[in-house]
Amino acid sequence: MSTLTLTINKQDYQLDNLDTRTTLLDVCRQRLQITGPKKGCDHGQCGACTILINGRRVNSCLTLAVMHEGDEITTIEGIGMPESLSELQQAFKDHDAFQCGYCTPGQICSATALIEEVKQNWPSYVTTDLQNPNGLLVQEIAERMSGNICRCSAYPNIIKAISQVLENQVNDQSPSSETRSTQGSEVTGIWSPPPSEAQLSSSSQNTAHTKVAGGRS
Amino acid sequence: MKRFEYSRADTPKQAATSASPKDAAFIAGGTNLLDLMKYEIETPIKLVDVTRLELEQIEPTADGGLRIGTLVTNSDLAAHPDIVANYPVLSRAILAGATGQLRNKATTGGNFLQRTRCYYFYQTDSPCNKREPGTGCPAINGENRTLAILGTSEACIAQHPSDMAVAMRLLDAKIETVKTDGSTRTIPIKDFYCLPKDTPHIENVLESGELITHVVLPAPIKGIHTYDKVRDRASYAFALVSCAAVIDVDDSGKLTTIRLAFGGIGTEPWRNEKVEALLTDTDGNSDVIRQAADLLLKEAKGNGQNDFKIPLTRRLLKQVIQRALAGEGA
Repeated sequence: MSTLTLTINKQDYQLDNLDTRTTLLDVCRQRLQITGPKKGCDHGQCGACTILINGRRVNSCLTLAVMHEGDEITTIEGIGMPESLSELQQAFKDHDAFQCGYCTPGQICSATALIEEVKQNWPSYVTTDLQNPNGLLVQEIAERMSGNICRCSAYPNIIKAISQVLENQVNDQSPSSETRSTQGSEVTGIWSPPPSEAQLSSSSQNTAHTKVAGGRS
Repeated sequence: MKRFEYSRADTPKQAATSASPKDAAFIAGGTNLLDLMKYEIETPIKLVDVTRLELEQIEPTADGGLRIGTLVTNSDLAAHPDIVANYPVLSRAILAGATGQLRNKATTGGNFLQRTRCYYFYQTDSPCNKREPGTGCPAINGENRTLAILGTSEACIAQHPSDMAVAMRLLDAKIETVKTDGSTRTIPIKDFYCLPKDTPHIENVLESGELITHVVLPAPIKGIHTYDKVRDRASYAFALVSCAAVIDVDDSGKLTTIRLAFGGIGTEPWRNEKVEALLTDTDGNSDVIRQAADLLLKEAKGNGQNDFKIPLTRRLLKQVIQRALAGEGA
């Protein structure tokens, strides 16, 4: 048993006699009635429980609450409520990016962090030039969202919603740089896997390999 | 999940000392450990939280390499400017594994220690020599499509699941540790993992309570860095076969540098330096590639469902070399 204080959505919650086995997900849902994070698989496979810890997306089912004293924890409730939707939440509504809605809090938390990762120039597995990733490409969004399953398969509209916000936020952030766009890789409504190696190399980009010119400069 | 005593360590030595009981475990990212604890495959009586240790730096070494703190997350390592620029094979390998959420939690040290994803290891009502030594291995004549073809034994054919460790093996990383008595040692990655033999529950040379503190990369290797991963889904799936490669080709089309390490096929991250020696200074023609594949797979043993990994590995090897010879990525 353990006693600790957690900071969730900018509020402090004191937890007395907490079983050390309790995950962050179960603390939110069972002890604090913060029910935005959903329990899908409880093993880090579906992403329904995705929350932000210090701004980074994680599976709340796969971390112990007792390890997170002092961390800034954000659930979907802290991202936006019905009267104050975030840009991404509004975009999910506008693009009809869900059916049953069970995975949606996790999808939106995940995408909220994804936008920050793109702004920080993080590469992904499908990035051709690791030093200059274009996180706005559809195949990039799909790869980066692969930790969130939608069993209603609303993927095309989820990607449309995220694309819209990415284009607004990423291009706004760097107005001087060349405007990047998802054009040419538009989602057509039928989900297709990321492009093959051949498709990638036939595009204007080079292939997904990186050459080290030798030695450290 | 079984009950455990939780404590938080302030220094690496204190962590090692706290975790000295046989049934204690360190927890950092916890993405694999907690999963296994929920199934009661791992049942530590004591959990030592090492996340507050100051082991999150990536710093240059005197000989032009990098020293990586064990707590650097997979996300941070893959996106680090020095890794992206000079060790792209490592970035690509890490990014090939898991998901954004998991990579944000998973740490460098923890990734080396991932347990296998053999179905029988996860199924607690089934025998498994790795989980319960001496109970038998149903995988050998059972569901073994994803399992290893190299380094296997009569007791175990479980594959090593890591992508990161495959690139680390190729790069000749060294693993620094602290033991419970406070002494430290450096283990070359080629000596870190143990083949299953008749003790598949012993997966590496770490002693009880020994903590990984850093991973050291030698100076960068010139060449085209690639990581190819063949799997059942386009993303978020373990490798059936994967290949990390660094290949440099001179103006006459000769392979001046060729390093290869494989995931998905071995009971540990798989590298055979004799294969690299056979290919080095050749022009990588089809005959040489065939000889290299023969040598790589000389001891390979399929168990039915995973027989396909043998021809798949041959094809992947050929593709990786021929693509580099074509100058792709240059």
